Amino acid sequence: MSYTGLRSLLPKNDLLSFGVLALLLVVILPLSLDIFRLNLIGKYLTYAFVALGLVLCWGYGGILSLGQGVFFGLGGYAMAMFLKLEASSPENTAIQSTPGIPDFMDWNQLTELPWFWEPFHSLGFTIIAIVLVPSVFAYIIGVAMFKRRVGGVYFAIITQAVAAILTILIIGQQGYTGGVNGITDLRTLNGWDIRTDGAKYFFYFLCVFLLFVCLLIAQFVRKSKLGRLLVAMREMEDRVRFSGYDVSNFKIFVFCLGSAFAAIGGAMFTLQVGFMSPTFVGIVPSIEMVIFCAVGGRLSIIGAVYGTLVVNWAKTSFSESFPELWLFAMGALFIAVVMAFPNGLAGLYKKYGEPLLLRVIDKVKAGRGGLGGDLNSKGVVHERQ
Amino acid sequence: MFADYSTSELMSIFAMQGFAGLILFSVFVLMALGLAIIFGQMGVINMAHGEFMILGAYITYLTSNIFADHMPQLFGSYFFIAMALAFVAAGALGMLVEWALIRHLYHRPLDTLLATWGLSLILQQLYRTIFGAREVGVTLPDWLMGSIQLTDVIEVPINGIFVMSLAIGISVTVAALMYRSRWGIQVRSVVQNRPMAGAVGINTAKVDRLTFGLGCGIAGVAGSAFTMIGSTGPTSGQLYIVDTFLVVVFGGAQSLLGTIASAFTISQAQSSMEFFLSGSMSKVLTLLFVVFILMLRPQGLFSLKVRR
Amino acid sequence: MATMRNARPSGLGSKLPVLVKALAGAVAGATMALSAAVHAAPSTAEVNTTNLAVTDDKVTVGILHSVTGTMAISETGSVQAEKLAIEQINAMGGVLGRQIEYIQEDGASDWPTFAEKSRKLLVNDKVAAVFGCWTSASRKAVLPVFEQYNGMLYYPTFYEGLEQSPNVIYTGQEATQQILAGIDWVVKTKGAKSFYLLGSDYIWPRTSNKIARKHIEKLGLKVVGEDYYPLGHTQFNSIINKFKLKKPDVIFASVVGGSNVAFYKQLKAAGIDMTKEKPLVLTISVTEDEILGIGGENIEGAYASMKYFQSLTNDNNKAFVKAFKERWGDDIVIGDVTQAAYLGPWLWKAAVEKAGSFDIDKVREASPGIELTSAPEGYVKIHPNHHLWSKTRIGNAKTDGQYEIVYETPELIEPDPFPEGYQ
Repeated sequence: MSYTGLRSLLPKNDLLSFGVLALLLVVILPLSLDIFRLNLIGKYLTYAFVALGLVLCWGYGGILSLGQGVFFGLGGYAMAMFLKLEASSPENTAIQSTPGIPDFMDWNQLTELPWFWEPFHSLGFTIIAIVLVPSVFAYIIGVAMFKRRVGGVYFAIITQAVAAILTILIIGQQGYTGGVNGITDLRTLNGWDIRTDGAKYFFYFLCVFLLFVCLLIAQFVRKSKLGRLLVAMREMEDRVRFSGYDVSNFKIFVFCLGSAFAAIGGAMFTLQVGFMSPTFVGIVPSIEMVIFCAVGGRLSIIGAVYGTLVVNWAKTSFSESFPELWLFAMGALFIAVVMAFPNGLAGLYKKYGEPLLLRVIDKVKAGRGGLGGDLNSKGVVHERQ
Repeated sequence: MFADYSTSELMSIFAMQGFAGLILFSVFVLMALGLAIIFGQMGVINMAHGEFMILGAYITYLTSNIFADHMPQLFGSYFFIAMALAFVAAGALGMLVEWALIRHLYHRPLDTLLATWGLSLILQQLYRTIFGAREVGVTLPDWLMGSIQLTDVIEVPINGIFVMSLAIGISVTVAALMYRSRWGIQVRSVVQNRPMAGAVGINTAKVDRLTFGLGCGIAGVAGSAFTMIGSTGPTSGQLYIVDTFLVVVFGGAQSLLGTIASAFTISQAQSSMEFFLSGSMSKVLTLLFVVFILMLRPQGLFSLKVRR
Repeated sequence: MATMRNARPSGLGSKLPVLVKALAGAVAGATMALSAAVHAAPSTAEVNTTNLAVTDDKVTVGILHSVTGTMAISETGSVQAEKLAIEQINAMGGVLGRQIEYIQEDGASDWPTFAEKSRKLLVNDKVAAVFGCWTSASRKAVLPVFEQYNGMLYYPTFYEGLEQSPNVIYTGQEATQQILAGIDWVVKTKGAKSFYLLGSDYIWPRTSNKIARKHIEKLGLKVVGEDYYPLGHTQFNSIINKFKLKKPDVIFASVVGGSNVAFYKQLKAAGIDMTKEKPLVLTISVTEDEILGIGGENIEGAYASMKYFQSLTNDNNKAFVKAFKERWGDDIVIGDVTQAAYLGPWLWKAAVEKAGSFDIDKVREASPGIELTSAPEGYVKIHPNHHLWSKTRIGNAKTDGQYEIVYETPELIEPDPFPEGYQ
């Protein structure tokens, strides 16, 4: 990409926030935290993928999905299936009545691997499946809903029902899915032990890298015509439709993109935590992920990352010291974000932080003899009414 | 699977299964009516609906304890008082919540979802702090226990009949309020066109508060009734929330008749499938069926034609 | 000079005895202190070679249960039992002369949180043992963590078996211990011929029913139906109609959580009087804790098969119930899992003292064969497979929410987590 292209993709204020985030995630946190805490941050960052997808779908597209956990889960399960097959080599599972299949299948009297597990012997297939399966699933849901102009609250509730269906299915079909226990005890990736500290560092940085890739894609969408159309659709869908655009296709696209992000997050979750369970597919985690996005600021892709980090960090430290108070704090946070800070952390930053930072930078530049830059940040999306 | 049974046995089983479906139907109606008013009429997504129901259940628990301790001779009738108290308590809390939270959010329906979800977390923890993490057992008066024997095989649980009559009673009352009272006219006009309703002198804020309170109050009564068939614990409310929303949405959010029709459809589908399939699979199929129909008819079974 | 030269030795000579005396005294004192310490508290370097959180007067353990979320209902009792046991051990002088301190973490009914918190307890806090987990799912989630960082988990719940980890001591019963005795009893004394198996839809009920079905069929009897409902399901009228149609002699129920309450209330309301035992209800999932929510009058007449009931009359149990009520309130009830959780700290203490060390490997080596004669359930012993030998009892539910014990296996039952012929 040319310099001007990059410049238009990342104007000064955005470049600044990307840079600060990169500094935080790549340098400051790894240097200041031990591997246990860093691994936790890595886990939180996997939720940030979902929150990022929600910024695009909900903040820009106005499509609130309460079933993002479904896609997070699908991605995570795809990864977990590969790792589980590797962990269930005939040597490792010699005590089972049927060696070579995952332990939970053996407990449920399965004597051979189900057909849909077979392809997950291949890492290449798995990586493709992680992105493709949830996207296709999202595409089907999207076509069915958006072509029929189901939107807003109805869409939210239907996605919720989808999450409920998938959870019941996964738990009910435990011979094929591991049931409520999930797929546990994952050890190696192509023979490499994923439980060591070294692996954890590696996955942390891989996670950060992928997050930045997704952030850039999201930024690209935001800055493109598509992003502006999404905002237009959110504000006045009919007018966009009357202008000759096929509104549903844009919605389907952004919904698929959001679900692909969520799936990547899910796969990274499995790698870092070492198992996948149906608790992530359900309704409660799906709604929690919406709150990560809302705390960060539903219009800010960078904010989504901070929102996720802040809420989860608070959750961990709160529940370590005052488990009983945690739900009060979490509930209050939901209400406060909605009532007092509808634009979340990003809104606060835009209002107070960024002008200050830019002024400082400009002062420094001016001090060096440069010209003062304009303080008004361009490209600020209109606040939603 | 029916080869081993005589025709009369089969007939009675089908009769009982139909009755089981009717009980489920009444349960769904009770769950959904309050939400139908709040969501359907006001467009507020109240995720704390289940917690309002559990408030009713806890009020019933407290009332039963008070009666057992202080006036055991009146224990048989405590349930009616408990339901009235549940209505008042849940309704009052509902009005408070409307005043503090909801009224600021009428133009942002998706945000009401988040705020009320936060509220539901706070209420859950509040119940846990006050009543303990364990479930509480509500003692029922004797006349509500047991069943009526109609034939050798057909037995009808009394609390089922009670829930059913309650569901009918509340539905009729709500319908009368909505379509036969002055207040109902005001509610409907506010729903259809808020500025215009305000312009002709309706106090829309007051109408909103009462409507929200009424919806929550009905949830409280439902929760009180559910102590007969379900558990009462800090998180019990979450068991109901998805079903409740589906019933309301499936029925077509703005139509009370739709809510009742959808409760009937879903409950019958689920209970007849439960007889042939495992419980988990019938739940999945019912949900799939509802989602599928909603894709065909996004506005639900009955939708109100309104110009917006 | 001379005087000085003379003076020095004399000076030294005059001072030396004092110094020597002082020194000798100090040394003697130290050795005495040391020998006393050997009796009460061996040196930390000796009992802790793996850098656990053990100091000269303290040892830190972890308690990991859900105090929030849906499982808090069940896990509260376990937390109380473990705290009580720790307090009692401390009052008796602790373990190897060290007072036990605990760090409590909340699993929040969420399995990944359990994994995260167990990692924190083992890696950051370096606890010497963890008492915790309740559901199988939470145990499965933490298991790899315990195996990786070599921790020791005392797991209190009755569970499905099919597991034997060097890093877990299972203080509850595995499925065959609980189920086989129950079915044998109901067949022998009640003449049961046909069974209906019902459970919540997850691994424990499914595995339990599998074992039950195999056993019933081995006895030449019939299973007339098997059904599962999603966790949290609250409508059981359809299954009750199926009971009425199939007329089983025994309903074998492993419904859990909030569903339990709904199931028994609706069973009672549908006119099935469990005291008439037609059909007889045999449950493996309803402890006294659950009856609190269900209401004694709604479950009166049902039978439960497990290893402990609060109504046991041995002296150990009387003392335990008294202490538990003094600590946590008079209206509290104690169920099977609560008692099993109470065993955890005591078994750990016994193993540590036998090993003379807090090191996980030594505690593991010392564990098989550890006996506890003071257990409220009577007597337990750790099997080399890390489960407990225990008796199984059948209780009959009464309206006051207690079980009346109607049967007790004559012998301790050997734990068999991988039962041949039942898989």
